[in-house]
Amino acid sequence: MNTFLLVILTPFLFSLLLFSIGRQVFQRITLLASALPIFLFIYFVSLTPSIINGEVISFFTSWVPTLGIHLDFRLDNLALLFTLLITGIGSIVFLYTSQYLKGHQKLLRFYIFLSIFMGAMIGLVTSNNILTLFIFWELTSISSFFLISFNNEEAESRKSALIALTITGLGGLALLAFGVLAGQLTGTYSIVEMLQSPEVFYQHQYSGFLLVFLFLAAFTKSAQFPFHFWLPGAMKAPTPVSTYLHSATMVKAGIYLLLRFTPHFKDNNIFFLSLLIVGAITMLYAAINTLFKTDLKGVLAYSTIGALGIIVFLNGIGTTTAITAAIVFILVHALYKASLFLVTGTLEHQTGTRDITKLGGLGKVLLPLAIAGIIAALSSAGFPPTVGFLGKDLIYEATLSGSIQPALLTSLAVITNIFMVFAGLIVGLKPFTGKKHTSIGEVKKPHILLWAMPLTLALLSIFFGIFPQTVEKLFTHHIVPALTQNPSPHLALWHGFNLILLLSAITLVSGLILYLIWKPSQAKEKLISYIEFLSPKSIFIKLGKGFLSISYFLTRTVQNGYLRKYILVILIILTIVLGAHIIFSQGVSLSIINDIDPLNWKEISVLIMMLVSILFTVLTKSRLSAIVGMGFLGYTICLIFLFYGAPDLAMTQFSIDTLTVVLFMLVLFHLPRYLDFSIPKRRFRDAVLATSFGTFLAFTIIEIINETPEKITSQFYADNAYLLAKGKNVVNVILVDFRGFDTMIEIAVIAIAGIGVFALLKLYLKKHQK
Amino acid sequence: MKSIVLNTISKLLLPLLILFSVFVLMRGHNLPGGGFVGGLVASIAFILHAFANGLIETRKLLRIHPGFLIPTGLLIATLSALAPVILTGDPMMTGLWLEQDIPILGKIGSSLFFDAGVYLVVIGACLTIIFTISESL
Repeated sequence: MNTFLLVILTPFLFSLLLFSIGRQVFQRITLLASALPIFLFIYFVSLTPSIINGEVISFFTSWVPTLGIHLDFRLDNLALLFTLLITGIGSIVFLYTSQYLKGHQKLLRFYIFLSIFMGAMIGLVTSNNILTLFIFWELTSISSFFLISFNNEEAESRKSALIALTITGLGGLALLAFGVLAGQLTGTYSIVEMLQSPEVFYQHQYSGFLLVFLFLAAFTKSAQFPFHFWLPGAMKAPTPVSTYLHSATMVKAGIYLLLRFTPHFKDNNIFFLSLLIVGAITMLYAAINTLFKTDLKGVLAYSTIGALGIIVFLNGIGTTTAITAAIVFILVHALYKASLFLVTGTLEHQTGTRDITKLGGLGKVLLPLAIAGIIAALSSAGFPPTVGFLGKDLIYEATLSGSIQPALLTSLAVITNIFMVFAGLIVGLKPFTGKKHTSIGEVKKPHILLWAMPLTLALLSIFFGIFPQTVEKLFTHHIVPALTQNPSPHLALWHGFNLILLLSAITLVSGLILYLIWKPSQAKEKLISYIEFLSPKSIFIKLGKGFLSISYFLTRTVQNGYLRKYILVILIILTIVLGAHIIFSQGVSLSIINDIDPLNWKEISVLIMMLVSILFTVLTKSRLSAIVGMGFLGYTICLIFLFYGAPDLAMTQFSIDTLTVVLFMLVLFHLPRYLDFSIPKRRFRDAVLATSFGTFLAFTIIEIINETPEKITSQFYADNAYLLAKGKNVVNVILVDFRGFDTMIEIAVIAIAGIGVFALLKLYLKKHQK
Repeated sequence: MKSIVLNTISKLLLPLLILFSVFVLMRGHNLPGGGFVGGLVASIAFILHAFANGLIETRKLLRIHPGFLIPTGLLIATLSALAPVILTGDPMMTGLWLEQDIPILGKIGSSLFFDAGVYLVVIGACLTIIFTISESL
């Protein structure tokens, strides 16, 4: 087995292993679980030199060849950046959680889902087949659902998880549509091979659909306006989850998808323009929102949305510098935001609150944590020599050198970044300076893992800032040419005194002033809640409620639990459809064109028996005899099947009829008496309906008989039943061989029906016995 | 329903009907019959027994809860569908056949096991439904 494939499968196998060792044992060896991400991180680091030298690690094997689904994994430079982030930050989060959730009852469950998530994420960024990419994409949504609803006793958590799943699930469906459409148009499901048909992506009649589906997928996953609102809700998850999924990795999957398909859409201006507009709206909207939050994680959530907006915006500018800036900013953001999240987590762990208005003056007690927070805040603010400075510089360089509206774009970027400076300082600096709030009691020193992990990330921010060439060598130098066909610009911390430096300084100073004068408070948070009804979230929830009430209404009217009503509705609709067909279509005749045999005495006698049993059933006054009449009718139908050469059908009908009669007998004595048996109006209505349905059906059957039958399919089965499946009974061969898969699903349905009846009745009994 | 005639006959009929249901199952590939009908016939056999002797007697006779037959049947059907993938590397549900015919039984192939799975699921579901309903009344 290929090592690369094994590595991709490892997290899934690992989660199975965790599952099997059980909760008790796991509580004692939680720290060992971190071996998984660390091992994977080392593996990907060890591959780095060869990938930088232009090698591509790949694995290919057919999975479902008829559908074009292959296990096709490809680790190139772009995928490497993401795998390093996933496993690197994964290692930090795994280690951190072992302390953060120490002794938690559902710790094992947490690690199982975290492992599955990590595997799905690695699969997502290394899949070269768009359909397997879709599968991993959905897996990340599902594991995210379980991690958001981790505190599943809280209604709010469950609701947030459901909203997140709905929104990202919607995007997942769009991704499937995109994948299938792109696959059909280009003739391949391989992302790399799709590059060979560039015309599909910009001048084809369906390229508009491709764009819409791709955008839906990417924007929902990466929380772009107006789909952003699931992300603040997802903050209900434990902080390590927010760090890992909802800031550093999963929400970047949409960005990854956009970057991955940038070469495909390189000639499509609408692609870039849409990204520019959506990214700009998202970053401004989110940046302004950070002002009005008092929950640290609320601020972080909106600043994450803002950062994702910036990356999409950069991708929309689309120049070489902009793509470089986007790549660098992915790294910058992952490092400082994960660090800030972990700082927030430790603060909450130690003080029990995340309220900005209450946190302050903790710098002395939590000194190492304060250092981590401040460095991360500086990187977020773009202060030299952190890597954030590098990122901010590149952003301004990209907006200034872009071809469309450089002045406008630059000012948008500056405004957004001012708010980002503010957000970074609020989270990274505010809790550690000023006076301690009275409501916070004695604060204990945190466990080493709780401060060392955010500090590691913060120090990495400085490391990459001082050595920008490592970023260039490892990532941008190779990724950018692959995405834009142009060599990447040289990265350096110092560019001399120029406009960009001036803009950086303006951003920093304005952000600092904003931080000093604007104090978040409950009153301000309330202010924004007045216009909450206009937000996409409220609109979405209203839509959802409307949808629910429509389906409640439909269920109440159509599925009202009375079997006779169901049958009535079905028959009415069928009668209308058949009747409309008979009345409106031309050329329906009562005469039979095709030759059929005249009736013989056997058939006539069966018909008479049928009529008699029908009349008997309808007219009898007792239920028992009605059932006997129905059973008799069933047996006469068996006879008809037998005469026309369908012994299989006859046998089945015979057995089913017997069973039905038995079932009726069982419940018969317990049914209420015929109460409304003889309401003449209702009987009349039923008679009219039954007669007209029967008449229209008869017309339809005559029409069917007059058609010359198409025999290709049945001929194929008849010819090949013995040759291919070694059976002489064609019906049975179809059931167990040609259409065996249908039978498989049918027996699953039978099984569900059996279990359903059992569960319903037994539960009902138990409830009533109490 | 206590009737000596029905009582005696049902006890005699039960093994015969079950044998018949297996016969219907086995001949299905070449002649009218198959797992579905076979399963129904076997269910009728047990229900007849329950009618004559009471549900408790039939349950004793069965030893296991009929519900267990459902997953067993599904498992057999799934395994027979997956057998080609595991054994020969062919796509799912490809028919596999023994080279030699087995006396009396005739040709044995993976589809027979698939049908046996159907047979068990049908018995399991039918008996579960009918037993549950008659118990809960």
